[in-house]
Amino acid sequence: MPVEFTERSLLKYTQKVIELFRNPKNIGEMENPTVTTVEGDPQCGDMFKMYLKIEGDKITDAKFLSFGCAANIATGSMTTEMIKGKTVDDAGKISIKEIADGLGGLPGLKMHCAVLAYKTLKKAIQEYKQGKSGGDQTSSKGS
Amino acid sequence: MKVYLDNGTTTPVAREVLDAMLPYFTERFGHPIFVYSLGQEAADAVERSQAMIARTVNAKSGEITFTSSATEANDLAIRGVAYANRKRGDHVITTKIENPSVLRVCEELEKEGFRVDYLPVDSQGFVGLKELEKTITERTILVSIAHVSDEIGTIEPIEQIGKLLREQKNRIYFHVNAAAAYARVPIDVERMGIDLMSLSAHKIHGPKGVGALYLRENTPIEPISHGYISLFTLKPGTENVPGIVGFGRAAEFAFNGFEKHVWNMRKLRDKLMAGIEERVPHILLHGPRGDKRSPANVNYSFKGVEGESVLLHLDLNGISVATGSACSTRKLEPSHVLTAIGVKPEVAHGAMRFTLSRYNTTEEIDYVLEVVPRVIENLRKISPVKPEEL
Repeated sequence: MPVEFTERSLLKYTQKVIELFRNPKNIGEMENPTVTTVEGDPQCGDMFKMYLKIEGDKITDAKFLSFGCAANIATGSMTTEMIKGKTVDDAGKISIKEIADGLGGLPGLKMHCAVLAYKTLKKAIQEYKQGKSGGDQTSSKGS
Repeated sequence: MKVYLDNGTTTPVAREVLDAMLPYFTERFGHPIFVYSLGQEAADAVERSQAMIARTVNAKSGEITFTSSATEANDLAIRGVAYANRKRGDHVITTKIENPSVLRVCEELEKEGFRVDYLPVDSQGFVGLKELEKTITERTILVSIAHVSDEIGTIEPIEQIGKLLREQKNRIYFHVNAAAAYARVPIDVERMGIDLMSLSAHKIHGPKGVGALYLRENTPIEPISHGYISLFTLKPGTENVPGIVGFGRAAEFAFNGFEKHVWNMRKLRDKLMAGIEERVPHILLHGPRGDKRSPANVNYSFKGVEGESVLLHLDLNGISVATGSACSTRKLEPSHVLTAIGVKPEVAHGAMRFTLSRYNTTEEIDYVLEVVPRVIENLRKISPVKPEEL
């Protein structure tokens, strides 16, 4: 049986992660968001809620709530910072690697926390686009 | 302010313990199996530690074998007894809430053809005597149960279990992992009917890398490692003499004024519990209250928050604690102990364990009670999970 070596780096956070955990950016509820999306499950130990305000296909504001570890909170801060001011399409092109790189890397075991923020973003964008093509409040408001 | 409340994980070496150890690294460095005076000096020191530890649990000196850790003592006790009694039986009983150093060894035994039953516990972590009695068969050779749950502080009815095992037709050996109990609750191997018991030095202000196995005289056991002879037939290899000296000295200090130390820890435990219950809503206590709880253990779930975030925020405020949250471990699963007592995973993720030592003070607890409610409140503000709904 091959021995699995435990890496210290599996649990060690970068300064950037700790900094964003200590002073998270864009955290809290948002009034009148264009999209609100929840991913994850408290049973599994992390849950992520993202609010986007979108005006003319541009993300003008992004906020989040987190039930999760430091990696989850830091990733939420990084993701929301990265997408603010971007068009919905450009925000949709952001990769997990870019988010993790922005944090100076994440411990191997914590990559799933980055995935959660990323998945929430993808879902939010999908929901926004579906809402638009399905003739929802955005288009009905205009008529 | 720095407050260390993770004494259940490890403790700092006491200054007087370190002072006692130091000469055994340098001038008194001899190998204890050799007849020249340097060797005999080391052997005498090892024997003094044996005698000291034996006295604290009402054992005989020769019944103490030093190991490298309580983990190794558990392994030696469980596999050693299982192998030596294999002809007579192949059934081992333990509980669902044991330390991994017991559970993993039992799983290994299962691979080797032994049968192991993992007893359930009630919502406070207690093993049921009736449940145990029902599980015993004619093939049962060993029962292994921790005296105190290292996680939720439950003090198991060891004396009643020992008595029950002695009443059985066949001889069933009783192993007790007492790493979390030693120097926190009184232990008497005679009165409690304990045949084997694991202890650890670094949980009582001794050094890391030293444990001990109490082995009742005439208990059949096989060594599980082989090699160079030592003072201990079960544990080959050169003895960690400075570590053993440190363990003996740590035991001496822990038991010199034992009742006062325990009284002090219990007072601080109760202050911490009362303070948390008064200041933080939506919490859940894990483990029992009062005399059946370790005087050194406090464990609550703070609903709606995740344990690792709490742990890191407390750390930023100088407070060290442990969490049962999955996120803080390498396995990403909530604690098996909390699962066994029926705690929902979403609540288990917010479990925080505070463990005391005799060195903690009232001022430290006051400070913790000032910081904890603030940290929990702040984390709840940014959580999408409503604590009142869990």
